[in-house]
Amino acid sequence: MAFLEYAAAPESTSILNLKSQYGLFIDGEFVDGHGDVFETISPATEEVIARIAQATPGDVDVAVAAARRAYDRVWSRMSGSDRGKYLFRIARLVQERARELAVAESLDNGKPIRETRDVDVPLVAAWFFYYAGWADKLEHAGVGPNPRSLGVAAQVIPWNFPLLMLAWKIAPALAAGNTVVIKPAETTSLTAMLFAEILQQADLPAGVVNIVTGPGATGQALVTHDDVNKVAFTGSTGVGRMIARQVAGTHKRLTLELGGKAANIVFDDAPMDQAIEGIVNGIFFNQGHVCCAGSRLLVQENVHDEVVDRLKARLSTLRMGNPLDKNTDIGAINSAAQLERIRTLSDTGEGEGAERWTADCRIPDKGFWFAPTIFTKVSAAHAIAREEIFGPVLSVLTFRTPAEAITKANNTPYGLSAGIWTEKGSRMLALVDQLKAGVVWANTFNRFDPASPFGGYKESGYGREGGRHGLTAYLEASGWDAPAEATSTPKKTRKAAAK
Amino acid sequence: MSRLTVPKTYKLYIGGKFPRSESGRTYEVVAASGDFLANAAQASRKDARDAVVAARSAVGGWSGATAYNRGQVIYRIAEVLEGRRAQFIDEIAASEGVSAAEAGTQVDRAIDVWVWYAGWADKYAQVAGNANPVSGPYFNISVPEPTGVVASVAPQGVTGGSLLGLVSVIAPVILSGNTIVVVADEHAPLSAISLSEVLATSDVPGGVINMLTGSPEEIMPWLASHADVNALDLAGAGSMSGPKGETWVDLQLAAAETLKRVVAPVVGIPRPALERITSFVETKTVWHTKSMM
Repeated sequence: MAFLEYAAAPESTSILNLKSQYGLFIDGEFVDGHGDVFETISPATEEVIARIAQATPGDVDVAVAAARRAYDRVWSRMSGSDRGKYLFRIARLVQERARELAVAESLDNGKPIRETRDVDVPLVAAWFFYYAGWADKLEHAGVGPNPRSLGVAAQVIPWNFPLLMLAWKIAPALAAGNTVVIKPAETTSLTAMLFAEILQQADLPAGVVNIVTGPGATGQALVTHDDVNKVAFTGSTGVGRMIARQVAGTHKRLTLELGGKAANIVFDDAPMDQAIEGIVNGIFFNQGHVCCAGSRLLVQENVHDEVVDRLKARLSTLRMGNPLDKNTDIGAINSAAQLERIRTLSDTGEGEGAERWTADCRIPDKGFWFAPTIFTKVSAAHAIAREEIFGPVLSVLTFRTPAEAITKANNTPYGLSAGIWTEKGSRMLALVDQLKAGVVWANTFNRFDPASPFGGYKESGYGREGGRHGLTAYLEASGWDAPAEATSTPKKTRKAAAK
Repeated sequence: MSRLTVPKTYKLYIGGKFPRSESGRTYEVVAASGDFLANAAQASRKDARDAVVAARSAVGGWSGATAYNRGQVIYRIAEVLEGRRAQFIDEIAASEGVSAAEAGTQVDRAIDVWVWYAGWADKYAQVAGNANPVSGPYFNISVPEPTGVVASVAPQGVTGGSLLGLVSVIAPVILSGNTIVVVADEHAPLSAISLSEVLATSDVPGGVINMLTGSPEEIMPWLASHADVNALDLAGAGSMSGPKGETWVDLQLAAAETLKRVVAPVVGIPRPALERITSFVETKTVWHTKSMM
């Protein structure tokens, strides 16, 4: 493997100008809050990056009140084109501070700088740019004439794509005319704090976006708050289910983007070089911390050995280590708790009889790491074929016929995404018809674009983010004029015509 | 003593360059007061044909760029225009004989029109295109695509329109990936030339927007009959009257020979509308079988 030995190429952290402590961002200002302070650490080194304020229910109340005031007095009265101009400003500022955001995200989350620099942050800018343009075009969103915003949106986001999920939530909410209180994940608040600085630089009116940091309890206080009109959550199916119960009966609008156990289906006529890369990207991108990850590989039986051998060869070339190194493919697992979950489920897989193969990676002394792992001889009944591992672990199953592939692919309570690899378009599209998944990638995987709707079937949640559909999650129709008022005229016309 | 100023030479904008008219002709641009302002290039048939060549050669790159990229470039035009607001206010106030405040309002509206259309670049296909529920096992989707090269007449002699009218004609055409040859307001062309300078520094690839100054009556018949022009926007051609009494209808008749898409004249300044985008696109429908699994 000597030809793969690269000199270290770490991205400098000198671009960062971090504070030692960050407060909550409420009504346009950083405030201390009334809760305890917690530390955010680098999962690659376990070193403390900064201390973050924890919002109490009282702090959440203040944040929601600020959002309500901003909604009533400023944002709901502002023209769509002016709202759009603020979003364009934010998009530009994100582009201008892109490298800084990428370094901070990589440091705080553990994901490789290559991904934050080339995927996360460019998509954040793109998301704001895309929805900026919608702000003054809401009548074209497809919900009916004179669409209205909903009010205050409570948004809770996960740790796997901290800043990107923030953009997915805030951009459409603001474009549609809502104001926002958002809670980042406990382990990844840092880029949200930098984003708050960007909002100040953009001169966004105070209270339009409020950021409350803290653990799950903070999120619960937010989504259950009486003065919230809309709840948007991305995270685990378990928490999503709880939120759905809490919101029941309140008339709050709810969208949920939850877990997944995507099938990545490979036929024997697949373009094999691309398929191998797609499978690797599908499950090992972002250490597998991806809700739409292709975690179940369904391979046509006659190419199983070839696919698995080539996967192992490819995985042996991946570099795991310092997330800030530009050569790094696999970064750190986001937290000790997540690492424990991945270990437990992998051990269960072995215990249930699946065959484990792990790439030969040097594990750094400090931090949370899990080497890319493949399980073969997996049956549909195994835990590793049913439960979302949310880590760099691929379960390989086989099928013989397309019908069997569909049955196995749909044999899950989840339905977020799926992949199909075949050169035969008619077969691909026929399969698409049968798959219960919100996003289907054909001969590609893990593609994201602000113009493209994303979201799941079944227990992967409801509602879509991205595209025109993502906008409608933050709008309601005013409705057409009552037809009764219009019915008298045509009758007269008909009589007149009869004469 | 005040410093002696250095006046600008106003030229055409073709293929990303600023040539004089091939014909060597210029015409006097005068202020509303009648005072001399500048000599503008008087574009000829040859200039128009050169512009079409430049526009055609830019279609591939521009329509091949991502919609996101085109939106960013058009937004960049708004940014650069905003930075040169003062210059445009001066030129508009002088040409149209309006107050600086009115000229300022026009420039602001022109900037906002760029921003509005910039946002459509990666959205109009989501509104104008759709999946079609055909009766059979087929994937069927209709997608709009740019038609190609569009020749346009900017609004002529509309007070409050020498810049705004021009922008309102250009932006909806190019956002989808078309390229344009546009004839500016004949008697108030200065802001058109200055806009070209904005375009040249806004990441707009050369040839995407080609600006001609001169007489629409002289230039447009050649563009209307040009076989390498796909569509004709007659927005500002309503008051046209050629030497033999030709009107915009004669342009439409000429365009019929090559079956160009033609958009009829408007009174005043075209209002921002999705329809102005969809008037210059083709719809492509793709069928793909879903059977034979």
